[in-house]
Amino acid sequence: MKKKQKTKKTQFTSGGGYIENAGIKGYLHNQRLDIKRNKLVYAMLVVILAYFIIFNYLPMGGLVMAFEKYSPARGIFGSKWVGMKNFYAFFHGKYIGRLIRNTICIGGLDLLVNFPAPIIFALILNEFTRKHFKKFVQTVSYMPYFISAVIACGLVVSFVQAGGPISTIVANITHTDPQNLLMNKKAFWLIYILMNMWQGLGYGSIIYLSALSSIDQEMYEAADMDGAGKWKQCLHITIPSIMPMIIMMLILRMGAVFSVGADKILLLYSPSTYEYSDVINTYVYRMGLVNMDFGLSTAVGLFNSIIGTIMLVTTNKIAKKVSGTSMF
Amino acid sequence: MKYKVKAPRVIFMIFAVILMLAITVVSVIPLWHVLMLSLSNPTAVTTNRGLALGILGNLDLNAYKMLLGYKKLWAGYGYTILYIVLSCAFTGVLTVMAGYIFSRRRFRYRNSFMMLISFTMLFNGGMIPTFMVIQKLGMIDTIWAMVIPGSLNVFNIILMRTSMEGISDALEDAARIDGANDFTIMFRIILPLCKATFAVIMLFTAVYKWNDFMSALIYLPRRTDLYPLQMALKEILFRTTKDISTAADATSNSVYAQNIKNAAIIVSTVPILCVYPFVQKYFVTGMTVGAVKS
Repeated sequence: MKKKQKTKKTQFTSGGGYIENAGIKGYLHNQRLDIKRNKLVYAMLVVILAYFIIFNYLPMGGLVMAFEKYSPARGIFGSKWVGMKNFYAFFHGKYIGRLIRNTICIGGLDLLVNFPAPIIFALILNEFTRKHFKKFVQTVSYMPYFISAVIACGLVVSFVQAGGPISTIVANITHTDPQNLLMNKKAFWLIYILMNMWQGLGYGSIIYLSALSSIDQEMYEAADMDGAGKWKQCLHITIPSIMPMIIMMLILRMGAVFSVGADKILLLYSPSTYEYSDVINTYVYRMGLVNMDFGLSTAVGLFNSIIGTIMLVTTNKIAKKVSGTSMF
Repeated sequence: MKYKVKAPRVIFMIFAVILMLAITVVSVIPLWHVLMLSLSNPTAVTTNRGLALGILGNLDLNAYKMLLGYKKLWAGYGYTILYIVLSCAFTGVLTVMAGYIFSRRRFRYRNSFMMLISFTMLFNGGMIPTFMVIQKLGMIDTIWAMVIPGSLNVFNIILMRTSMEGISDALEDAARIDGANDFTIMFRIILPLCKATFAVIMLFTAVYKWNDFMSALIYLPRRTDLYPLQMALKEILFRTTKDISTAADATSNSVYAQNIKNAAIIVSTVPILCVYPFVQKYFVTGMTVGAVKS
């Protein structure tokens, strides 16, 4: 038995008493002894498992609501089973097109712009040799990250409303009257991406800067001897050195493409911009907690979760194959 | 090392300096603008176009005075602090316990159980099913809904476990011979050696709770009096002009609405901005460890 061999290898602090190669009976005996000796460990395990079962696994059971016409009066077990009807309603509803487009476009653009941006920022900042300057730029650029989503969105609103600084600049460039840019549905994606950039650029670079600082300086000296210029050094030493980190971060980000966070969009969007701003997560929120259509909301959420999981697993697989770096 | 300074390099460095300074300015200017507007004359604020780099008109602190009367904001401050403290307590205890058991080599099923809980990183029940469970537990509209769900997560457990695995077994064995039980070993011997990781987890938790408004939006549908700071801010910042001034002070006219919004932003951001330069180094270690080890 596999478990037995593990037991044999494990070093116990307090004596023997374990039976070896005695089948089920011996296994049970060993298990009892193990529990007795590690009472508190098992007690803590119960607490931790209980937490995960209640707050993580029970909700997964609640996913059956996706297949029901859920009514609060009847509960999960009493509600009418409708099979795939909720999914059917979503996939044939009039919002499916715009929801998927907005989710992919906002998530995708965010990845395309705000994934490389901190890397480029870190690479440029790394070229500076003055420590104080570096530290100063770093510290200041982290600041927006510590501003909460509500305030960041509040700032966006006040900057792009008619008469706000950004709205005024745009009006001057386009020679039009200043307008509230948040009401302009086409501008929503850009506003959202730029806000994320403002908040995440410095913070996102932390990890790359620390990876950059651990690169062996002798490599650069050797490259200098061989006559490699700064650009070549960056291409052949710096970037390959931080590549595992980049891939790791990419995997993490890829999994999140489909789960464009509802929080900031909820604050920034309005019914007049739903066409370009409504994403799957905000739709789940509105259907579930505003319209109280739990069945549909759960179905859409389940669809989103499944896509997210597939994305994460796939990227991980691809990364493993291509570069040998993977998360699990 | 000798550098031959070449023209492209000089151009690059000039470009780089300008870019870095631009990033620095852009990071700071929105808040500066808001600070200046909050201190400016309200009529000058409403007619202002573009960035305010200095105080417009005469110095006017009335917005801050009115904000003092806006009880919801201060109650929100109090609740946010309460939620942060409680969340840190729950997260701290639970994460240390989980990290401890999953780092013990004598715990035979640690890998299987670790897999079981890691699965929750990949897949979850989603908003409504989670809401239903919390409702069934009777936590909706209580402070517990703001604190307990999400207080234990796999990422933190992995951080804690990795850090605890690095501690030599000899210490534990020695304590065990002296008659220490698991709790004593965990809290008195292992945890003090993982202080840095522990601090990082507390910090992540605190910042997360400080920012969190979705929990309140979902789990506190009726008890708006339990709203944290961010929800109070949301009400101030994302409401029409008329509502705010009536909410803040019934006698004031709506002229100050914009100033009140700006003052609210400043009042709720300054504490964090005073703290973050001192804690940022923990974030650096936390993120690095997290990325390397997960």
